[in-house]
Amino acid sequence: MPLQASGWDGMSRLPGIVLLGMNHKTAALEVREKLSLNTEEVTYLLLALKQAEGISEAMILSTCNRVEFLLVAENMQDARNRVFSELALRKNLKPELFSPCFYTHEGLDAVRHLFRVAASLDSMVLGEPQILGQVKQAYQGSTGAGASGPILNRMLHRAFQVAKRIRTETGIGDHAVSISYAAIELARKIFGSLEGRKAMLLGAGEMAELAVEHLLRHKISGILVANRTFERGLALARRFGGEAIRFEDVFENLGDVDIIISSTGAPDYVIRRADVRPLMRKRQNRSLFFIDIAVPRDVDPAINTLDNAYVYDIDDLQGVVDDNLNERKQEAGRAEGIIEEAVLRFADWVEGLALVPTIKELRTKVGTILEDELKRTLGEDWLRQGENPEALDRMVEAMVTKVLHDPIALLKSGGMHGHRDRYLGWIRLLFNMDPVENHIDSEQMPRMTPCMRKRERGDMDCSGQAVCPGQSGETGTLWRLCCGREKKDRCE
Amino acid sequence: MSIPVLLYTLSTLGYLIFMLLRREGWQRWGFVLLCAGFISHAGVLGWKWSQKGFLPIYDLSGNLFFCAFVFAGVFIALRHRYHVKILGIFVASVTMGLSLAAWLLPSAYVMPEEAYISPWVIIHVAASFAGNAAFTLAFAVGVLYLLLERRIKEKRKDIFFRRLPSLELLDKTGHACIVAGFSFITLGLATGVLYARSVWGHFWSWDPKEVWSLVVWLVYAALLHGRLSSEWRGRKAAKMAIFGFLLVLFTFLGVNFLFTGHHEGFTRIGS
Repeated sequence: MPLQASGWDGMSRLPGIVLLGMNHKTAALEVREKLSLNTEEVTYLLLALKQAEGISEAMILSTCNRVEFLLVAENMQDARNRVFSELALRKNLKPELFSPCFYTHEGLDAVRHLFRVAASLDSMVLGEPQILGQVKQAYQGSTGAGASGPILNRMLHRAFQVAKRIRTETGIGDHAVSISYAAIELARKIFGSLEGRKAMLLGAGEMAELAVEHLLRHKISGILVANRTFERGLALARRFGGEAIRFEDVFENLGDVDIIISSTGAPDYVIRRADVRPLMRKRQNRSLFFIDIAVPRDVDPAINTLDNAYVYDIDDLQGVVDDNLNERKQEAGRAEGIIEEAVLRFADWVEGLALVPTIKELRTKVGTILEDELKRTLGEDWLRQGENPEALDRMVEAMVTKVLHDPIALLKSGGMHGHRDRYLGWIRLLFNMDPVENHIDSEQMPRMTPCMRKRERGDMDCSGQAVCPGQSGETGTLWRLCCGREKKDRCE
Repeated sequence: MSIPVLLYTLSTLGYLIFMLLRREGWQRWGFVLLCAGFISHAGVLGWKWSQKGFLPIYDLSGNLFFCAFVFAGVFIALRHRYHVKILGIFVASVTMGLSLAAWLLPSAYVMPEEAYISPWVIIHVAASFAGNAAFTLAFAVGVLYLLLERRIKEKRKDIFFRRLPSLELLDKTGHACIVAGFSFITLGLATGVLYARSVWGHFWSWDPKEVWSLVVWLVYAALLHGRLSSEWRGRKAAKMAIFGFLLVLFTFLGVNFLFTGHHEGFTRIGS
């Protein structure tokens, strides 16, 4: 029994949890692009790693801002080399080219890192919700490839729980961090529910269209689309299930809508204060919200001084976004506390994986079942007044021992091929000794829309610039490739 | 008398913490405590009634105590439909202040005149108080509306911006408060006038309280009409609600201290 006893029974270390990864902080976009893995490649690598000597469980998370390998392995260095060589082989790159970008975490640090990633504390846009879905998908991929095991199962379920808890208990995901969504949030601050409201889209443009999509998701009742070229407006209106109007008719319809999103290419104001003033009376002074995304501006800012009319231009919205990001940063501090707590609890669980407590728990579980059934069948009175109650106790004891003899013997023998942790994990799973909710709700899976759209929605681990880690003095070609570019890289 | 005061104080604290920390739980505690205060308040009032044989509203202390009771009650009833959480902090603190004042003020042990001990008077007082309470809520909502409106206009995001609900909800709540207040005050006026006829033989005696109440009634009638005829919505309605409340405040307290009349006795301070 070579691997037995020493590490496991009074275990203080984690069973070789290793996390290798690179993200927007350690690798420039060029590197992330080269290393990003599609589903097929992920499956291929998982199968390769699964067969590797010394690696018992594996999961691969690949998003546009990070590639991470989560492994349960006997030896960290071996696992690292193995991952690099497989990755190099698959991607047709030299391992030296990307290895400096990778960070390695072991044991509790790896657990903490995973929790932080899932809770979106490590994301480029702090608190964006998509990452949790991406982690879930990565986990499903791992399960699908048969590469996950008891430790990863447990760890990932914990990660999901922690992420959920952080989302409900802190304001990490509160408040929009994209311009179009910030506009919608403001609209909700004015109108409450957007249900039944009407909007008008002046001109077109990606950000404006995104805002309209948000509005539709909030069950707005109608969209009017006005475009200089009527045909283009018609096409847009068809896309949103709205109605196209001629540009000359805008003012006639202005009284009937509540939200106006403007992004025309006009060189001067399209809507002026004098146009809106009489309108407010006509619409019984109900609130009117102008979202002006155009540069140069379309909406006369003086309209903002009219009662019950509100104008936000792109700079105002950017200001709102900045405020919200600051707010999220403050909330992140509280989230870190929750993570720390969860990491400690996970460590407790791993300690519980040790042999003795598991055997004890197993015996208790089976014993309790037997006793309960005896009571149910014979009745408690009979048991108490029966002729020889001790005999029954002895019987229960003997049955427990016999039923569990073989599994316990297997565990005590050190497991087959030294995979004690695996067997322990499976036993715990088979007997449901660490109940976890097992389903993954599909609604939280990420939608496969292009990067750009998600980023604009502020939902994604996917924007901003690549930041270099601390070693700024470092030079040389390798470093330059990885981190040396001072460029504001965007996702696409 | 001190139990409701204590509960209202705790409720105020709960709402304060909610305001600062934005934890939903505190808000719920604040409301639960407010309801508990209200129930104990009802108990205290009932007990006093049974002791004295009449509802103790015939001096300033008793008056304020009953006023706090009605105020809390109106808020609890309204909150069901119009869920403006942050309003709780205002209601809890005002209720606390009123009941605390009632508790600290010495009560005047005067047997009320025979004419004032009648269920009609109780209805008259309760309806008028409920009307005033609703107008007070409308005032608070109006202030909140202006606060939020200014923040949206000036593009400033601070604690008020984050804690307040939408302008639309505030506007609707304010309107609902005014409709409720107007109905109650109408009932209060009507019972007062009818009762005066039955006791003194005339409907109207140009008592200052009567006159000012009529002014209040007219102002709110105008406000309601203004909204219906489309003009006074949002900002203007909020301003009017604030203006109306100043009149209410004057009618409720100012008139009693500045003028004499048959409502005077109700704000007697004991010695």
